[in-house]
Amino acid sequence: MMRAQLRLAVRLALVTMLLFGGAYHLVVWAAAVIIFPRQAEGSLLRRVDGTVIGSRLIGQSFSRQGYFHPRPSAVAFDAASSAGSNYGPSHPDHRRAVEARLAAFVSLEGVDPRDVPSEMLTASGAGLDPHISPAGALVQTARVASARGLPLERVRQLVRIHIEHPLFGVGRPVVNVLELNLALDAADAREP
Amino acid sequence: MSGDYGAVALLIVVAIGLSIPVGRYIALVFMGRPTWFDRVVGPLEGFILRLSGVDATRGQDWRQYATSLLVSNAVMWLAALAIFTAQGHLPFNPDAIAGMEPTLAFNTASSFTTNTNLQHYSGETGLSLLSQMVVVTFLQFMTAATGMAAAMAVMRGLAGDRLTTLGNFHVDLVRAAVRVLLPMSLVIALVLLGQGTPMTFDGAVSASTLEGGEQRIARGVVASMVAIKQLGTNGGGYFGANSAHPFENPTALSNAVESISILLLPMATIWALGHVVRRRRVAVMVFAVMLALYLPLLAVAVTQEAGGHPAMPQLGVDQSAGAMEGKEVRMGSVLTAFWAVSTTATSNGSVNGMLDSLTPLGGLAAMAGLWLNCIFGGVGVGFVNMFVFIVIAVFVAGMMIGRTPEFLGKRVEAKEMKLASLALLWHPLAILVGTAIASWTWSATAQPGDTLAWLRNPGPHGFSEMLYEFSSAAANNGSGFEGLGDNTPFWNITTGVVMVLSRYVPIVAPLALAGSLAAKPTVPDSAGTLQAGSLTFGVMLWAVVVVLGLLMFLPVAVLGPIAEFLALPTGS
Repeated sequence: MMRAQLRLAVRLALVTMLLFGGAYHLVVWAAAVIIFPRQAEGSLLRRVDGTVIGSRLIGQSFSRQGYFHPRPSAVAFDAASSAGSNYGPSHPDHRRAVEARLAAFVSLEGVDPRDVPSEMLTASGAGLDPHISPAGALVQTARVASARGLPLERVRQLVRIHIEHPLFGVGRPVVNVLELNLALDAADAREP
Repeated sequence: MSGDYGAVALLIVVAIGLSIPVGRYIALVFMGRPTWFDRVVGPLEGFILRLSGVDATRGQDWRQYATSLLVSNAVMWLAALAIFTAQGHLPFNPDAIAGMEPTLAFNTASSFTTNTNLQHYSGETGLSLLSQMVVVTFLQFMTAATGMAAAMAVMRGLAGDRLTTLGNFHVDLVRAAVRVLLPMSLVIALVLLGQGTPMTFDGAVSASTLEGGEQRIARGVVASMVAIKQLGTNGGGYFGANSAHPFENPTALSNAVESISILLLPMATIWALGHVVRRRRVAVMVFAVMLALYLPLLAVAVTQEAGGHPAMPQLGVDQSAGAMEGKEVRMGSVLTAFWAVSTTATSNGSVNGMLDSLTPLGGLAAMAGLWLNCIFGGVGVGFVNMFVFIVIAVFVAGMMIGRTPEFLGKRVEAKEMKLASLALLWHPLAILVGTAIASWTWSATAQPGDTLAWLRNPGPHGFSEMLYEFSSAAANNGSGFEGLGDNTPFWNITTGVVMVLSRYVPIVAPLALAGSLAAKPTVPDSAGTLQAGSLTFGVMLWAVVVVLGLLMFLPVAVLGPIAEFLALPTGS
């Protein structure tokens, strides 16, 4: 009785493992390659010579004056190890980190502390957030424009066309930092 | 922010709306009735059953059903353990990931076999492509199917009149996986692909960033796995950050689809109950009670997260977008709070933001879902847990009016009460004793100079991290206050044991209960019969769940999240 049970369980496990652990993935993969090949490989952005700049979905680190800056990251944008800070609200280091970031942000951008959106002062869940809010981008435009010698209105215009609104309002409007910075570089190339 | 509240309401309405036809479909599948889908999946199901040598015509009594369930799960557990340990030497390992250390392999195998998906490793560095495919994804299908099978067996027991068999476990398992989980997973995987979730057998890719830095980007078979992870109340992510990771959950739309997937099957199981026991009103009552437990927790979490971090206004930090530490911009605070409560209420365990960084009361709402563990609930098993509360409520109601307790025409007697009490009491026992042992071990082993040891946060929040870990293990949930340094032999072994016992005690005891009820004759309704579908009984059941929940967990809630809430400085 028990032996028969065991044999049945082993055979069933093998068959279902091949189906759900193997064939299922193959079917989804085949669909991906045919219908969504770019998404399947990770929405990679490439230079003309084919080298990979990054993924449009994965945030990367920016610290130069001429680029929009992303949110703080607990993993320094290491896309091979995602994580948040895991600071609880009562952790004294959390408070210190936010205070330090606020002071740095205010002195870099020369704006009023109350105009700094909170996402620019807090680490994201995965440490790879590719987005900032429209306010988080607009608050950086003066610094970016002056570093690049571009007209402020031109940079603000670039931000506005990069605002993505969620379908049916289920979600928040966002600006993709990497795409915005790529557009800045392109604008620079056109206006020497 | 008000738009976000509307979004939450919309997602809940869509989830409920979809759950009704899906519940009807599930009931038809398990009652062996024809469905419009038979031509597509029927041959596949027959093929698997024949290839495995299952005799589909053989009915099983509750003992045989439970034995088959346990033996089948034990075989899968052993296979998982073997592959995790040996993955470094096996094929499909593009990122050259080493085999798991034994206690971590024990924990991880137990976690995925019990539908818990607690993860003491990080997907990017802990699992090979092979392990993600043939162990994790495979178990995400089979354990959800196991839960659904157990729930259906219990329902058949309730519907039966002098019934000796509850169905055939192997047939139920394959039916659930092939007819319910597979087609729905394929649909969700396609949506996720369109939104940008990767699907590749290649490993990580190297990028040279715009500022000239180097970035390694982990990839894999993400879309196929995330679909069943969300649908099967599994929750174990491909990457460490789970659905907060932009690859697992790239857009607002993917977030909406994944949020609905968390709720869909747990809700549908309740509608299936109404069809199987042929009492629609009972299903409506159970569903309403669950909703009345879920919505207050949701209200607390959403308002707390939207309200922002209480101490931040003091620093002059704008909180109009809510508390954003550990959250992603594309979801924002409200949709993250909605996910946090849904995932804990239903025993899913995936996250789209870091729970450890929730506000104190937002975190409490998530923990309360783990404690009650009967709101919609893991695929199938949520109903089984609510069934235990129903038996208790029927008994209490029977005592109050001085009649023999009955439910659906079945007398509830001493034997049934003993089984229900066993299933009920195991849950707080595992959580409270586990947390007590962890707290003691922490204080006994803390080194001078290293005051935090395995905790990330000091004070009451540190206690909450340990409490959450055992609550999650015992509820077979899998989410975590991830600041806890949990990949140590102590945590791997203790939570591994808790997960296994907390899965099978609450499955086997209700199966025994259902077997015992099924064998009894159905007593015809009379004027004095307790109306299980009535509003009065619904209120009674709600009160029993709330009162028992408070009695069991209020003290630890005060020690952890409530103490943290009271200690936070507030004001501006």
